[in-house]
Amino acid sequence: MSLWRDFKNGLFNENPTFRLVLGMCPTLAVSTTVVNGIGMGLAATAVLVGSNVIISLLRNVIPKDVRIPAFVVIIAAFVTIVDKIMAAYVPELHKVLGIFIPLIVVNCIILARAEAFASKRPVINSMMDGLGMGLGFTMSITFISAIRELLGTGTIFVAKDFGFTGLKVFAEELGAIIMILPPGAFITLGLVLAGINWLVSRKGAKTA
Amino acid sequence: MTKLLVIAFGSIFISNFVLTRFLGICPFLGVSKKVETAVGMGFAVTFVMGLASAITYGLQKLLEHFHIEILQTLTFILVIAVLVQFVEMVIKKISPVLYQALGIYLPLITTNCAVLGVALINVKEGYNFLQAVVNGVSAALGFTMAIVLFAGIRERMAAAPVPKAFQGFPIALVTAGLVSIAFLGFNGFKLEALFAF
Repeated sequence: MSLWRDFKNGLFNENPTFRLVLGMCPTLAVSTTVVNGIGMGLAATAVLVGSNVIISLLRNVIPKDVRIPAFVVIIAAFVTIVDKIMAAYVPELHKVLGIFIPLIVVNCIILARAEAFASKRPVINSMMDGLGMGLGFTMSITFISAIRELLGTGTIFVAKDFGFTGLKVFAEELGAIIMILPPGAFITLGLVLAGINWLVSRKGAKTA
Repeated sequence: MTKLLVIAFGSIFISNFVLTRFLGICPFLGVSKKVETAVGMGFAVTFVMGLASAITYGLQKLLEHFHIEILQTLTFILVIAVLVQFVEMVIKKISPVLYQALGIYLPLITTNCAVLGVALINVKEGYNFLQAVVNGVSAALGFTMAIVLFAGIRERMAAAPVPKAFQGFPIALVTAGLVSIAFLGFNGFKLEALFAF
C-alpha cells in the first residue's frame, strides 16, 4: 500500500512541474512537440529511477558531509548512460533535445528526490518514488507539449525517429507560430499553472 | 574581432540565455522579486560563468587528449561545483561585504543550468579559448539584463491586483512570456554585416 502511495505522490499531490514548480528549464525548452516532451520525460525518469535506487542502496555507506557531491557523481553517471543510449537508438530526438540531455544533471527534481527521499528510505520505495516523480514530470511536459504543438503547427504527434508524420488537425497556416517560439512556452505554462491553481482551490473550497 | 562581437551580441540579445534558450530559469523566477538581489545574482553568475568557460575549455582539451570525452558531463559538473565553492571562499576572504550581499545565492549557482549549459555550448560550437570566455561572459550579461529587467517589472506587479489563481508563478511566467516576445524583435539582425569593419 505504501508503495502505491509513494508512486502516486509524484503523479498528483507533489507533481514536480505543476505543484512543486521544479525542473522548469527542460519543461519550457523542449516542449515544442509531444515526442520531444515524452522523450525528455522518459530520459529524466530513467535517470531518476537509476539514481534513486543506487543512492538508496548506498545510503548507509556515503558519509553525510560529502553526500551532495556523491549524489551528483551518481546522477551524472546515469545521465551519461542515457545520453549514449539515446544517441545510438533515437539520433533525431537526441539531436533535437541537444544539451538538455546532459543538463538533466542539474535538474533540481533529481537532486531533490535524492536528498529528500532516496537517502532515507528503502530501495523499493525509492524506486517507486523515482518512477512516480519521473512519470509525473513526463505527464506534465507532454501536456504542455501537446498544447504547443497543436496550436503552433496544426499537427500533433510528429515523430521523425519512428517515421511517423503526425495527425493533421488543421492547416499549418492557421497555426499560431508564437506557440512554438519561446514566448509560447512561458505563456502556456503560466496559463496551465493558473488553471491548476484554480481547480485545486475550487476542490479545496468544496471539501472545506 | 568581428566573430567575437557577433558571439557577444548574439548571446546577450538574440539567443538570450533565459528568454530564448531557457537556461537558468530557476534563479530567474526565484531571485527576481527585488532589483537589488537580481543585480547581485547577476554579477555572481557572470563571474562564475566567465571562469567556468575558461576552465572547461582546458578540461575539454584534456579529455580529448586522453580520449575520454564520455566523462564530459561528470567532470564538468564536478569542476563547476568546486569552482563555485572556491569563488565563495575567495569572495568571503577579499570582500566580506559582497559575500554578505550574495548570501545563499552563491552556492546555488552550482545547480544553475546556465553555467553547465554555457560550457556545453562552447564545446558544441567549437569555440577557441577567447571565444569561449567571451561567450560565457556575454551570456551571463544577457542573463543579468533579463533578470534585472524582470525584477523591475515584478516590483511594480507586487502592487497590482492579480487574480488569486494567477498569483505567484503563473503571472510571473506570463510576464516572462511578454518580455520574451519583446526580445523576439532582435531576431533577424545580420550580425556579420553589422560588425564588419
